Amino acid sequence: MMNHSQPQGADYNYTIVRQFALTTVFWGIVGMSVGVLIAAQLIWPQLNFDTPWLTYSRLRPLHTNAVIFAFGTSALFATSYYIVQRTCQTRLFAPKLAAFTFWGWQAVIISAAISLPMGFTQGKEYAELEWPIDIAITIIWIAYAVVFFGTIVKRTTSHIYVANWFFGAFIITVAVLHIVNSMAVPLSLTKSYSLYSGAVDAMVQWWYGHNAVGFLLTAGFLGMMYYFVPKQAGRPVYSYRLSIVHFWALIALYIWAGPHHLHYTALPDWTQSLGMVMSLILFAPSWGGMINGIMTLSGAWHKLRTDPILRFLVVSLSFYGMSTFEGPMMAIKTVNALSHYTDWTIGHVHSGALGWVAMVSIGSLYHLIPVLFNQGRMYSTNLINVHFWLATIGTVLYIVSMWISGVMQGLMWRAVNSDGTLTYSFVESLEASYPFYFVRFIGGVFFLTGMFIMAYNVIRTVRAPKDSLPAIADAKAA
Amino acid sequence: MDYGTLRGIITIVVMVTFIGIFAWAYSSSRKKQFDEAANLVFSDDEQNLVSKDSGEQK
Repeated sequence: MMNHSQPQGADYNYTIVRQFALTTVFWGIVGMSVGVLIAAQLIWPQLNFDTPWLTYSRLRPLHTNAVIFAFGTSALFATSYYIVQRTCQTRLFAPKLAAFTFWGWQAVIISAAISLPMGFTQGKEYAELEWPIDIAITIIWIAYAVVFFGTIVKRTTSHIYVANWFFGAFIITVAVLHIVNSMAVPLSLTKSYSLYSGAVDAMVQWWYGHNAVGFLLTAGFLGMMYYFVPKQAGRPVYSYRLSIVHFWALIALYIWAGPHHLHYTALPDWTQSLGMVMSLILFAPSWGGMINGIMTLSGAWHKLRTDPILRFLVVSLSFYGMSTFEGPMMAIKTVNALSHYTDWTIGHVHSGALGWVAMVSIGSLYHLIPVLFNQGRMYSTNLINVHFWLATIGTVLYIVSMWISGVMQGLMWRAVNSDGTLTYSFVESLEASYPFYFVRFIGGVFFLTGMFIMAYNVIRTVRAPKDSLPAIADAKAA
Repeated sequence: MDYGTLRGIITIVVMVTFIGIFAWAYSSSRKKQFDEAANLVFSDDEQNLVSKDSGEQK
């Protein structure tokens, strides 16, 4: 028994999962630190120190790229490589290619971290990286697909578990989106122009942008949810049948919702209305999935009192439900007339990004790290609990301040005097937003502090002597 | 065939496909298969649990 206390570790390729899991925490801290810095810059503009590399316009894409593609996507790499092995009960296909995806992805992140502050950009939101990096991403992504689907092909189980369906859809769709939206004519190594023009360019961009939300930030993380929620709750998913309907409905509908980013623009009216209607219908599969995740706990609700990891997962689902209610509502044209271009949008994005994406990843990592490093549990359960409250309070401060600020901005911008002139200048609405920018900054600091606590807890767990952290149930039995 | 008819046909095809997926997922003959699938999350754990227990007992 001695050195076989966790025999499953011998069968699976955990090296790649460990690498991605640890870099997730690291890039999370980097990406969120940049976020806190730019939140502070909106209150104290002098924080750019008159340096071009530290201007808001260059750091903002750095922040979004770092949290989405460095933090979020590393979490997806780690969990998908882990889940596909464990639910297919086979070792990862092409381990060298898997290692290539890790080192390649880190190289992409570093080149983004250098090129964006230098001002090299394609100017497309969430697709700012210039064409040489886009080509590198494509090659790595195809390698990722080969490893993932290769593992599914050599599975020893007859069924492909639903989490893998979500990961598979995420990998294929992101490849298609990235390749189509990144089509550009290069002028030099650092400058290119989009192959599309005018309203078509805008539509392609938001077809990409919204499906990056739908497939990277939703489908991928739902894959995570369908494994780690049942695992941590100790019971199978509430309804496997619902998960199948959830999958097909979600992937069939998400692809149409992009035009809601372009309401009242040069995009044809019928396209805007189609985007609105599809966004409204999307509410149904989104909530079907959320209910499926939360109801998995039925009969095990008491575990929430003692298990902060499960709390992370369940609260992430609650935020998911909230943002997927808010999203369809904001896609309604008349609501969008008020909300668009205001801080409400930023609040909505962070309700999804902090509340759903980050919290489900953090919960999954707290489950994953002890397994990967042959321990029964994390170094400190209390610190997980502290992290949970910091993350929850930070997210709530962030989204509530942005809701108020956004609605206020929308109302001020549309207010007109009896003679038809605007009641407020833009600067007046900006001045009115300062208190809320400060609350948002505090919320960000809370969330980032939680990430530092997580890093400490992870380092102590990784460095702990062998078998020194027994699982709680085992410790009680002993 | 004009554009309007084509759109109508596509709408019906998509609707029938969705109902088909729904019926497939909820047909009672697949219940057992799906119950097994739902337990894939735990199926590679049994050896792990056994060895953990025996590890604690020593």
